[in-house]
Amino acid sequence: MSVTAEQNENAAANETIDLRRDYEESGVGEVLDQLDRELIGLKPVKTRLCEIAALLLVERARKRLGLVNEAPTLHMSFTGNPGTGKTTVAMRMANILHRLGYVRRGQLVSVTRDDLVGQYIGHTAPKTKEVLKKAMGGVLFIDEAYYLYRPENERDYGQESIEILLQVMENQREDLVVILAGYSDRMDKFFTANPGFRSRIAHHIDFPDYSDGELLQIADKMLDHQNYYLSPEAKVALADYIEKRRQQPHFSNARSIRNALDRARLRQANRLFAHTGGALTANQLSEITAEDILASRVFKVAAESQNQ
Amino acid sequence: MRITQGQFSFLPDLTDEQIAKQVQYAIEKGWAVNIEFTDDPHPRNSYWEMWGLPMFDIKDAAAVVSELQACRKVYSGRYYIRISAFDATHGWESLRMSFIVDRPAEEPGFDLERQEVDGRNIRYTTRPYATNKPSGQRYS
Repeated sequence: MSVTAEQNENAAANETIDLRRDYEESGVGEVLDQLDRELIGLKPVKTRLCEIAALLLVERARKRLGLVNEAPTLHMSFTGNPGTGKTTVAMRMANILHRLGYVRRGQLVSVTRDDLVGQYIGHTAPKTKEVLKKAMGGVLFIDEAYYLYRPENERDYGQESIEILLQVMENQREDLVVILAGYSDRMDKFFTANPGFRSRIAHHIDFPDYSDGELLQIADKMLDHQNYYLSPEAKVALADYIEKRRQQPHFSNARSIRNALDRARLRQANRLFAHTGGALTANQLSEITAEDILASRVFKVAAESQNQ
Repeated sequence: MRITQGQFSFLPDLTDEQIAKQVQYAIEKGWAVNIEFTDDPHPRNSYWEMWGLPMFDIKDAAAVVSELQACRKVYSGRYYIRISAFDATHGWESLRMSFIVDRPAEEPGFDLERQEVDGRNIRYTTRPYATNKPSGQRYS
């Protein structure tokens, strides 16, 4: 008895070493680190990704030992408020899953309702199938997925598309991963109307709103990419801006910040034209000052509402 | 009589896994993959019916295999089904691969007709026995 037990134990011990080596060889750690560096906040998303990565590595080890393994379902749904990074993460997902060896080719096919649903009877099925064929071996990303289902029109072809999607999601799990994304409230409604979808999606990931500090970091990063930087006063002004903007309607997290920065760049350009004559240094061209940000309408609106 | 046309036709029938590997090779070369079927296996019958459109912008063989399953659902056992890969690059513009992936359960083979002409000369004609019946009923 002791011999076989020992052998088993040895095999098991070797496998633990392998798992660690697997982890290093697969480059997963690198991908996750990169994600951590480049995407700010999004704690629940990152946690879930780590879990998935771990699961896939363990599955691979199990397969090598001949233990029962069934391809895990990796269909996902990303829900969250506007501008919380759903699309950005989905774009990276294909790359991550490819590195993990879960999808074979790693291409991302990004579609919306228009690409799936046809305009007349008999048009929808070939169209949806065509898209699915393109996505085989990779990730199919359906943005604003709730538009697929239009309850107000009972003859809507969206339902047909949903049926085909469901069938492929179930039968060809190892061939493609489907990611749905959309705003929380509408996706909830969508899932209530299509319970089949909810149960076929293993990972429902909710994207939380960013905190003020995180938004400031994001702003820094965005500007850095475009070779701009904020002066210290501008940084204070932007922090103030974020706080005030959040109180106002149509706040959409990182997207609002991106728009605000785009407008600040406009004002900076205008200021450079108006006030500086002659030669400009690279430094002047890339600095965004407090006045570029304080000129925003947001501050006026905030002041008015306080006066009332 | 077992029809031998295209690649691999002297080998045992390819499994789905082997078909997928061949198709993946074609996809990686950038060739468009087609699924075709016919019930007239005469070697000079080069234009078979197409199942759907040629598949240009797919990345993975799984797409072709699932189309092949759909085609088999309709025609398996009664028709020949082949997969071909078309190379569109300038100078080639022709098929680079072609192999049979499904065949009727029974293949009656060919009739060889000898026509005696001009004294002792003979002209030969081959005709599939299957084409004695109208298309669609040939192998059922």
